[in-house]
Amino acid sequence: MNSKLYNRLIFELSKDGRRGFMVSECKGCNGAVEANIPASMLRKSTATLPEVDEPTVVRHYTNMSTNNFGVDTGFYPLGSCTMKYNPKINELLASSGIVRDMHPLQPAATAQGALRLYDILQKALCEIGGMAEFTLNPYAGAHGELTGLMVIRAYHAERGDAARTKVIVPDSAHGTNPASAAVAGLEVVEVRSLPDGTIDVDDLRSKLDENVAVVMLTNPNTTGMFERNIPAIAEVVHAAGALLYYDGANLNPMLGVARPGDMGFDVMHINLHKTFSTPHGGGGPGAGPVGVRAGLEKYLPNPRVVKSGTNDFQVVTDSDTALGRISLWLGNYTVLRRALAYILSMGSEGLSQIGPLATLAANYVMESLKDLYELPIPGPCKHEFVFDGLKDKSTGVTTLNIAKRLLDHGFHAPTIYFPLLFHESLMIEPTETESRDTLDAFIDVMKAIATEASCAPEKVKQAPHSTPMAHPDETEAAMHPILTWKDLTS
Amino acid sequence: MEDLYSDVQAGLRLKAPYALPQAMSELELRDFFARLDGENRSLKCFAGAGVYHHCTPAALDSLLARSEFLTAYTPYQPEVSQGTLQYIFEYQSMMCELTGLEVSNASLYDGTTATAEAMLMCVAAARRKKRVLISATVNPAVAQVCATYARWHGIALETVPEKDGVTCRESLREMLGSGDVAGVIVAQPNYYGIVEDHEGLADEVHAAKSLLAMNCVASTLGVLRSPGEWGADIAMGDAQSLGMPMNYGGPYLGYMCTTRTLMRKMPGRIVGATTDGNGQRVFVLTLQAREQHIRRDKATSNICSNQGLMSLHCAVYLSLLGTKGLTEINEVGCHNAHILAAKLSATDKMALAYPDRPFLNEFMMRMADGYTACSVIKAGLAEGILAGVEIAPDLLLVACTEMQTAADIERYVSFVNKLKQ
Repeated sequence: MNSKLYNRLIFELSKDGRRGFMVSECKGCNGAVEANIPASMLRKSTATLPEVDEPTVVRHYTNMSTNNFGVDTGFYPLGSCTMKYNPKINELLASSGIVRDMHPLQPAATAQGALRLYDILQKALCEIGGMAEFTLNPYAGAHGELTGLMVIRAYHAERGDAARTKVIVPDSAHGTNPASAAVAGLEVVEVRSLPDGTIDVDDLRSKLDENVAVVMLTNPNTTGMFERNIPAIAEVVHAAGALLYYDGANLNPMLGVARPGDMGFDVMHINLHKTFSTPHGGGGPGAGPVGVRAGLEKYLPNPRVVKSGTNDFQVVTDSDTALGRISLWLGNYTVLRRALAYILSMGSEGLSQIGPLATLAANYVMESLKDLYELPIPGPCKHEFVFDGLKDKSTGVTTLNIAKRLLDHGFHAPTIYFPLLFHESLMIEPTETESRDTLDAFIDVMKAIATEASCAPEKVKQAPHSTPMAHPDETEAAMHPILTWKDLTS
Repeated sequence: MEDLYSDVQAGLRLKAPYALPQAMSELELRDFFARLDGENRSLKCFAGAGVYHHCTPAALDSLLARSEFLTAYTPYQPEVSQGTLQYIFEYQSMMCELTGLEVSNASLYDGTTATAEAMLMCVAAARRKKRVLISATVNPAVAQVCATYARWHGIALETVPEKDGVTCRESLREMLGSGDVAGVIVAQPNYYGIVEDHEGLADEVHAAKSLLAMNCVASTLGVLRSPGEWGADIAMGDAQSLGMPMNYGGPYLGYMCTTRTLMRKMPGRIVGATTDGNGQRVFVLTLQAREQHIRRDKATSNICSNQGLMSLHCAVYLSLLGTKGLTEINEVGCHNAHILAAKLSATDKMALAYPDRPFLNEFMMRMADGYTACSVIKAGLAEGILAGVEIAPDLLLVACTEMQTAADIERYVSFVNKLKQ
């Protein structure tokens, strides 16, 4: 829609004295703050918030939403992000009248349903991951990575193995892996990838020493390849006294096929907003539960949900063996509810079909396009694959151009310029929830763009042409940051 | 299909179907969740300790359910993400207004992790200093999360003792004297609900070449002197109090604001305004050289997914309420809290733990001999009231908001009056 009429900031719609919400009238409340708090502790200047009525607010944000692209709008083949459809029943069950008003510190006896739900989901993730216990407290994938790395550091610390301060990650790893390692106080060592995208086991072996705490892997990795040597990798990592961490960002194709625990991983996280279909919310809230193999449970963070002798659930906040506390309470509870609703609605059999179907979809797209797009790593792939731009490099059309041209056709762009292994990475993950019709439509458009790149390259290079806006000046944005409405008006 | 998984050795394959139930229909699912929720109790909430029961305007639920917002990913493609980018820009603007600081990020997970991130930011800004001080009056859950991050990050996190319910300034002065302190973390209002007098604090902290980070309950920023006005360098905390349903612990939102000087040290995403090819105003993610997907292990933080949709919640909430509405929320909470505190003190079962300290909408009661916080909470449950949070066997932390009526307050006082030793 993008009507110019609504193309303003909420501050610019403000009119003195307008209100969008009334607080119940309260006799004697006026002046309560001034009467009870010394003036020196009160605001000197008033915060300038918009003054708008409810219809104005609703129209403003509703119109803004139409300038957005979501999974409900169209196909979202964003590699490594697993943008599958988010079933509506999960939204309906995300909260409820009782749950909305539940205080996290209300006595456990009055929250048995919430705690039971935590326990059921925790156990289901153990079954799917091949782990002994999960904490559902981490709020996102990167938070899960950080928590998992702290579990590993706590394990080494308790063994008196304090010199283990290095983490090995592949050069194809997600950026959060090295960043989480740095926050956890670990030094990052990169291990090389082979031309087929899998890690170079000899290089890994040469880097494993008594200072390595952990090796972090994504399997399948970010090129969509399964690390076929995983049993051997697990063996050398464990022989060196280090632990093996599974970044669950790419767990989707493994559903129904294999479990990280059976592959030899000791600690893992799962992005519920990827594999278990909770909505991404424009960048959260998500959830990044962390699972551990038997023997590592005691390091999981506080608070923890445990069953008491009388079969009641209790919350333990002060376990000494825990790595510490990493969140206010037991995670993004409504996200956990959506994930459990998804698991129960798929059931054992439905879950087992997810991995193969996601892999089939990716291979179908890959095979259909590999004559026109450069496929640096021949398939078969798993749930995603990477093109290194167009096969015909003479047109000067880049991956960025292709991504923007896709927007014109009503598709979201794939992940671009990641992984860093290739110059023109175009990383495509279709997920299992897309129909053959949608995949075919996408393939047709990708073919058309390749043709256009040869015949009318400028058209592709100038893309997008039909989006609500195009060609933002990002350099100017970074050089002279305008970060608030006040910056705009001053 | 088998060919597609030929690289997964037979020994690794799933040996049996998942030991999970068969698929449930929508009806069965609804029934399952209804039964689970039946094991929870809905209580009239007088508990706070960082999470407050406020009214969530109906328009919020409706707008947050817009699936263009809900089912989008991080706005990496600005051409098709102007909705998300604009609401983040509006959110940033509002948070800067409330905190009195110049730059806000797009959100962190919650108030505990936001405070831990502020601690990391102090250390990153100070370069070689690895010592951070945290007041004993900061919510212990927040302090515990900071301690966890500090332990593994190699930061010496030390507690500044409290004196009569507030940060002990003499002790702080002494601890700052060593000159190796990167940052100081205080709370406002503090864990006991007390509004601390931080006059002169920023000057002392800055004189020690250290940064001041203030953890504030977001809703109280509508009336209390802002972190910017106190001279703080970083303001952070939980924005749950801006009308977010309590939902048994989440999702909430960790906010963080800072000065222009420190903005390049800030974790998380930041949205900026710029112009597009047609010269119209548009919004993009900016200052991304701080972030993990660019800088990897040199990033200011590992944060990627944050609490995106909850920043929309804040923007809509603050738009609906406006400055006046937010002030009124504070007035009603303050009024209710002072009435309840006076009435509870008038019983012979408990008294204000810090009668000389100012408080807004949360206060701590000390039990008289023969009574415990636990017995009060138990008796409250029988009346359908969550009477507060037990801080110690003889200390009960009680919070009020606009959600309690005069009758609710009477019910509370009435069961306390009936308490027996």
